[in-house]
Amino acid sequence: MARAVSTRRKTIATIAAWLVALVIFFPILYTVATSFKTEAEAISGISLIPSGTFENYVQVQTQRDYFKPFMNSVVISVGSTVIALLIGIPAAWSMAFSPTKRTKDVLMWMLSTKMMPAVGVLVPLYLMFRDFGLLDTRIGLTVVFTLINLPIVVWMLYTYFREIPGEILEAARMDGASLVGEIVYVLTPMAVPGIASTLLLNIILAWNEAFWSIRLSAANAAPLTAFIASFSSPQGLFWAKLSAASTLAIAPILIMGWFSQRQLVRGLTFGAVK
Amino acid sequence: MGNITLKNVCKAFGSTTVIPDIDLDVAEGEFVVFVGPSGCGKSTLLRLIAGLEDTTSGTILIDGKDVTREAPARRGLAMVFQSYALYPHMSVYSNIAFPLKMAGTDRNTIDRKVRAAAETLNLTSYLDRRPGQLSGGQRQRVAIGRAIVRQPKAFLFDEPLSNLDAALRGTMRLEISELHHKLGTTMIYVTHDQVEAMTMADKIVVLNAGNVEQVGSPLELYRSPRNLFVAGFIGSPRMNLVTGPEAARHNASTIGVRPEHLKLSTTEGAWKGTVGVAEHLGSDTFLHVQTDGIGQVTARTDGEISLRHGDTVWLTPEPDKIHRFDEKGLAI
Repeated sequence: MARAVSTRRKTIATIAAWLVALVIFFPILYTVATSFKTEAEAISGISLIPSGTFENYVQVQTQRDYFKPFMNSVVISVGSTVIALLIGIPAAWSMAFSPTKRTKDVLMWMLSTKMMPAVGVLVPLYLMFRDFGLLDTRIGLTVVFTLINLPIVVWMLYTYFREIPGEILEAARMDGASLVGEIVYVLTPMAVPGIASTLLLNIILAWNEAFWSIRLSAANAAPLTAFIASFSSPQGLFWAKLSAASTLAIAPILIMGWFSQRQLVRGLTFGAVK
Repeated sequence: MGNITLKNVCKAFGSTTVIPDIDLDVAEGEFVVFVGPSGCGKSTLLRLIAGLEDTTSGTILIDGKDVTREAPARRGLAMVFQSYALYPHMSVYSNIAFPLKMAGTDRNTIDRKVRAAAETLNLTSYLDRRPGQLSGGQRQRVAIGRAIVRQPKAFLFDEPLSNLDAALRGTMRLEISELHHKLGTTMIYVTHDQVEAMTMADKIVVLNAGNVEQVGSPLELYRSPRNLFVAGFIGSPRMNLVTGPEAARHNASTIGVRPEHLKLSTTEGAWKGTVGVAEHLGSDTFLHVQTDGIGQVTARTDGEISLRHGDTVWLTPEPDKIHRFDEKGLAI
């Protein structure tokens, strides 16, 4: 009896989970489906079955050149992530292993910058970019992305490093390891999973960032998010082409996320249960 | 090689003084145990010797050389931690080899020494495993292996057995003692367990609130504790401490009688009382007796005794085994 009930419950829970997953996934599914429709089909009403044309993809590439914004996205997201890690690792390290009275305050202050609405600093930042000649440059966007994601990088790394028992580092010191030896042979190998998932998450965040990239870039440095936005043109909306561009924009990160999902889930839930 | 001297060593964290002022001598080849309740500063003292903490003032000498400001690695000591502190990403072999690798030893020598250490500690068949795949006792042996390959001047043990179960603790206690006899190297061992202290030490240092209460061999501390703290801390079950008129009768503020120095009778004696709990250990029985006018007293009797809860008994302390303390708690 009890077994039957639990089986039924499991079935219901499974169906519910699938429904929720479908609701979340539906926009992506619909985007992909629309990208294979003709423009006429795309505006004619809701339908999940496309006519299967590749015309939109061809046009996205021939009319607008997909690869330029793609390369911009790669350079900016990878670049900002690497710089953020170079700054974040020593910062998190020092806060995790030799905390002071103010460490918690510094961390909270860093996080608080993420709570501020980005629009609030749009004008000053725009003016600074204009004066320094950084508008529509990859360097400019890389700097902004580094700065907006740095708090998350430091927080994530800090949480990881905190999980490494201090006694192991002391043991390395007793065993004759120099500071460099301690970092190379003991700390880094132990922190690699944490550094890797921080890196992945940060690339995804930078890849998907739209607010700053749309406002601070035009033709030269525009990453894929700005590229998609450019499809809402004065001539009207081209749904099918917009969908094709969107699909192309999310595809790389979707593939990367698929292959690294175990690492990512571990990164996002790390320290949640102890 | 391996005598350690502490001169006026003081350690404070901010405004909190953990160790006010300690002088201590550890002779070469000695097995010294720091014992005391938790928070007494024994681990801090060990970490000062190791160099993992800086002294606030005072001098630490190893073999006559001032090492107070030396880095831990340059003091030539090896430490075994409570949590074992093994490197989880390395095999047992690499864990034991690590200190030699850091010292720049050549590969053949490393291999020879690691295998010899593994042999000594029965770890040969586990060399390829990761620490996570080992039991608590095996992990502890790996930690010891990592310490012995370096042939240090002294070993420092920071409560190494407290994560093990009781049976394994007994076995490891023996193994460490045997290792000490075999290597003849100075060992400093920190524990809060006075049984470990009594069974393993050549010399016990009893610490309380950062102060050395008494230094001596296990039997010296047992036979003539210098003050009430040592009297109460060393010995299991603990010494019965009696104050009031009964103490005054012996011209003392407090008298102490160990449970094994109380004679038990069912007919007559000095202190009359009622048996509360009787703990039967087989070899011994601990009787917790509520005595008239004195309070709860523990007596150790032979294991065959058949007294029960509520029985009336008389206890008589052996006159020459009574410890007397003045109002400051010092032995008279």
